[in-house]
Amino acid sequence: MSIEVRIPTILRQYTGGEKAVEGSGGTLSELIDDLESRHSGLRDRLVDDKGLRRFVNVYLNDEDVRFLGGLETSVKDGDNVTVLPAVAGG
Amino acid sequence: MLEIGQATYDEIVAHARRDHPDEACGVVAGPAGSDRPTRFVPMLNAARSPTFYEFDSQDLLALYREMDERDEEPVVIYHSHTATEAYPSRTDIALAMEPTAHYVLVSTRDPDSVEFRSYRIVDGAVTEEEVRVLAAL
Repeated sequence: MSIEVRIPTILRQYTGGEKAVEGSGGTLSELIDDLESRHSGLRDRLVDDKGLRRFVNVYLNDEDVRFLGGLETSVKDGDNVTVLPAVAGG
Repeated sequence: MLEIGQATYDEIVAHARRDHPDEACGVVAGPAGSDRPTRFVPMLNAARSPTFYEFDSQDLLALYREMDERDEEPVVIYHSHTATEAYPSRTDIALAMEPTAHYVLVSTRDPDSVEFRSYRIVDGAVTEEEVRVLAAL
């Protein structure tokens, strides 16, 4: 088992068009590093020098990780992670 | 070009007027690949601001799950400007992340008239398009 990560349309250029990829890790940060090793460029779209990017929403089993531990949120095999860009503007 | 039904057009405008002076926002979902905006989904502006909008993050997840289940996509993503013209701002352009959506802007700056315009926003480039309002879509 591993962790399924659902990828939004705008980021599928990094996953060969796949809408879901699999990865592993003990924290969200480790999971993202693991994905980066196979999908180069993905990490930079999710993370900046302050942590998770402000207008990228990441959900762990339906909960926004901002309310959990952000990048340090614990993850485990069998979890589902969903990435959705914020819908926002001014 | 954006083709949209009169009823949906009216719903978008009514939503923008109702939330004025805060920005209103939402989507019109349609069958994936059809380019037909058929299902009006007004969304809460979690920012509740006259100059910024953002879908609440849990609402956003629920919306995308629902569209996925129904084999839909966000054909139209709309929001209103309450004091400026119905043209995408720099923020709108920077945050547009659905390359196949029609980005509709409504301006409620004038209480006696409405501006309703539509754009494609892809890789930071804005292209205005014609809006054709049909009696029924």
